[in-house]
Amino acid sequence: MNREITCIVCPNGCTLNIDFEKNGDGKTSVTSVRGNLCPRGRDYAVQEMESPMRTIASSVLVTGGELPLASVRTNAPIPKERIFDVMKEVRKVTVAAPVSAGDVIIKDVLGLGVDIIATKDVF
Amino acid sequence: MAERKMQKDVVIVGGGPAGLAAAVRLYDKGVKDILILERESKLGGILRQCIHDGFGLTRFGETLSGPEYAKRFIDETLKRNIPYITDTTVINVTPEKLVIAAHADGLIEVQAKAVILTMGCRERTRGALAIPGTRPAGILTAGVAQSYINLHNRMPGREIVILGSGDIGMIMARRLTLEGAHVIGVFEVMPIPSGLPRNIEQCLHDYDIPLSLSHTVSDIKGTDRLESVTISEVDEHLQPIPGTEKEYPCDTLILSVGLIPENELTIGAGAVMDDHTKGPVVDEFCQTSVPGLFAAGNVLHVHDLVDFVSLEAEALADGAAAYVQEGSLPACNIPINCGANVGHTIPQKITGARDFQLSLRVRKPIENAVIRVMDGDREIARRKVRKALPAEMIQFTVKAKYLTDVSELIVSAE
Repeated sequence: MNREITCIVCPNGCTLNIDFEKNGDGKTSVTSVRGNLCPRGRDYAVQEMESPMRTIASSVLVTGGELPLASVRTNAPIPKERIFDVMKEVRKVTVAAPVSAGDVIIKDVLGLGVDIIATKDVF
Repeated sequence: MAERKMQKDVVIVGGGPAGLAAAVRLYDKGVKDILILERESKLGGILRQCIHDGFGLTRFGETLSGPEYAKRFIDETLKRNIPYITDTTVINVTPEKLVIAAHADGLIEVQAKAVILTMGCRERTRGALAIPGTRPAGILTAGVAQSYINLHNRMPGREIVILGSGDIGMIMARRLTLEGAHVIGVFEVMPIPSGLPRNIEQCLHDYDIPLSLSHTVSDIKGTDRLESVTISEVDEHLQPIPGTEKEYPCDTLILSVGLIPENELTIGAGAVMDDHTKGPVVDEFCQTSVPGLFAAGNVLHVHDLVDFVSLEAEALADGAAAYVQEGSLPACNIPINCGANVGHTIPQKITGARDFQLSLRVRKPIENAVIRVMDGDREIARRKVRKALPAEMIQFTVKAKYLTDVSELIVSAE
């Protein structure tokens, strides 16, 4: 099978032409990458097809604060297929003011080695 | 009614990323008699509601959320004790640089030596597009929806149609989906998407949200609340093609159809405007046609990256500091005009005696583009861009040593 994606590693934005196969266990393996001007593009293509990672941002409720919400984000990428599982964990959380940007709201969410951190001060 | 009248060296209208970067740089250049006037209750501008990451990659080498990027500049402002007043809307700036602002306690009048305009931009609305149909609740611009979700903890709706493939619309497609809404589709009137490829990938493809190019909303139905939109295919003149109508039941229509620099104050002050940018004509000091009146950030021209906004505001602050300290700035009599395939440039006038930062956008996507800055037949500067897109502003420095004896610069892209 074949897919074209735009590489986002650098402003060149190379169009990557990727040949891949879907194995019996549902996993994808890349067989060839064309169109990349550098090796990072190839690495990006393989990662995107075999184990895509994403950062997500949302918000948590705050009690006793000047604002009802504190925005949060993952401090490192998580597997794309776990996005909604992580969102479920984020939705469970209410924190009490004050919250400072950088505060760890959920440590090592779902054992993925990634923290959910606050990105806004709420006093 | 209480009134406050005061004098300041510099008044900054708008405490978002441009205003804050300008304030910090001004202070560090020795101009400390500053007052920032901000209409919201907190500093930070639009970044407060842009909770996704991707900000600060070039500036800080990190991928921060909007609030975190703003916090860097807010902290620097607070560290220097630069005065600011929130919940204050500037209602007039005169050509003599008298700034009049409205606050709940009454009017504030500040006579300034220099005024820095950093008001940002607003969104194009349904009224401006003249979309026919009824006017039920549930039709919002993308930024308003973003504010509801990220600042006020309100879901705008559950069954969403998005018109416009601008970055904000795509970001909201993802945001709404993460919070449990169903985004039916994104419809774009042009044959090419207007936002970045990265966002098409990570906001639409990731969530299986379809993007339909060359389509638009041709009717709206609903009495109290939106009940459905009608989507039509459009022809090469962007007009709906009869017979292609498809009705989509939904409760929310999000519009992401363009940003417009917010320049009522600029026009009121008598500054000459540029029809391409919808912002004021400025020189290499970011000074408008009104001496001592400066502009930077989205109010000058809509940016894609806040990192560039900060750079632009700092360059402005260098110019404004020199203006305050010396009383005037060198004349900028050499015009910069747009040639083939270039939509606009900032600045539009230069001294020709100094290095300056040129910003431009191309009118259409060009692969292996060569950007040329010409003075008649003489090539002054050239830049190669692998993939030039209207959605990505191009910026580079033009060196003074190539500018001797230039009379008019034309910037083109092939």
